[in-house]
Amino acid sequence: MRYLTEFHDPELARRLLDDIAATATRRWTLMEVCGGQTHSIIRHGLDQLLAEQVEFIHGPGCPVCVTPLEMIDRALAIAARPEVILCSFGDMLRVPGSASDLFTVRAHGGDVRVVYSPLDAVGLAEANPDRQVVFFAVGFETTAPAAAMAAVTARRRRLANFSMLVSHVLVPPAMRAVLGAPDNRVAAFLAAGHVCTVMGTAQYEPLVAAHQVPIVVTGFEPLDLLDGVRQAIGQLETGRAELVNAYPRAVRAEGNPAALAMLREVFTVCDRAWRGIGVIPSSGWRLAPDWADLDAQTRFDVAGLTVAESAHCHSGAVLQGRLRPPDCPAFGTRCTPRHPLGATMVSAEGACAAYYQYRRLTPAL
Amino acid sequence: MCLGIPGRITEIWDDRGTRMALVDFGGATRTSCLAYLPGAAVGDYTIIHAGFALAVVDEEAAHRTLATFRELGLLDEMRRQLAAPREREARR
Ligand code: SF4
Repeated sequence: MRYLTEFHDPELARRLLDDIAATATRRWTLMEVCGGQTHSIIRHGLDQLLAEQVEFIHGPGCPVCVTPLEMIDRALAIAARPEVILCSFGDMLRVPGSASDLFTVRAHGGDVRVVYSPLDAVGLAEANPDRQVVFFAVGFETTAPAAAMAAVTARRRRLANFSMLVSHVLVPPAMRAVLGAPDNRVAAFLAAGHVCTVMGTAQYEPLVAAHQVPIVVTGFEPLDLLDGVRQAIGQLETGRAELVNAYPRAVRAEGNPAALAMLREVFTVCDRAWRGIGVIPSSGWRLAPDWADLDAQTRFDVAGLTVAESAHCHSGAVLQGRLRPPDCPAFGTRCTPRHPLGATMVSAEGACAAYYQYRRLTPAL
Repeated sequence: MCLGIPGRITEIWDDRGTRMALVDFGGATRTSCLAYLPGAAVGDYTIIHAGFALAVVDEEAAHRTLATFRELGLLDEMRRQLAAPREREARR
């Protein structure tokens, strides 16, 4: 496949690795923000190839992992109602709520459907006028444009039976929170390339200036990640802190203007509780006041939720880079992707799932 | 959900005012929405998230990046090759 195989070329990977080894005079602590990048790093063993030069701290960029428990419980309560069809991305179905998950609700008769695109949920609302279709909108700046278009399409088609439970999260405020923590060890960031595809790169400039931290916008293939590391270490070794775009084939400085305009129209920024981390100011999107009629949170009153996090799961520490998944006592024993105790074991972007999938059988470094 | 991978646009049509496309991911095809990429055309490689195309892959930028990688270490290699005969002489 074009733009995939080229960026997996072992000969070029060797060149990048040699360059990094020649530049690094010490071991640097880097955070890759996005869970997709975490998976790529673990899957291709980049952390092992770079063991002497880089300690990777895996960032909180796993959308289903950080969706607040209260929202999951709310979705479970809404999904259990007989008039409702609840739709979300496949990853959400196994995410444990306080007492259950969407799979279990479905097994008990709830109508829960997996959609590939939020527009599919709009289509379901059109096809089922006698049912209430709720789209559970989670994810970062990459999935929010799709949810925004679902809202616009539903209104354009005058669908009174469509609503959205919105729990979108934003990456830069989370990076600010990481940098502001008293025990922060992150020396440079590999910023999530696809978030910048939508949002552009300017939003990182204040972070670079305020914290003197290099931020390298990075792609997802092995060579992209190695190049991100190379450029971050190049800066660290020469005492520079700059914003660099190492993923120019997909990221323009201005982002995607059409998507940005739509996001501004449909959503407003709000404080958001991140599961396992806590409230991060101005780190989420909710529906803007003009779109309140589509808000499932007000359409379905689910008062009396009792929210309780599992006592055995340390996913909060994993999401904050304080615990490596294999060091969790439940990892691979009581907690597996089939029977996850925490959301980080569920999702394709969760750090616990990445280690389980690719490292379970090899001794941890 | 967030793993955008590049696919090639093979077909474009209009669905009640919204531009849609068929995108080929090396054999598997998916219908995707082009609303956010008004300039995208058949043949373009695009990155899809949750059924929406968010960026056209800039081929030139991709080639520039790969060319940078190819050049890495070439300077060192050249230096080594230039130095090699001199070292041999010095040993003599
Ligand atoms: S291994 Fe399981 S229990 Fe441990 S932190 Fe990860 S998700 Fe939680």
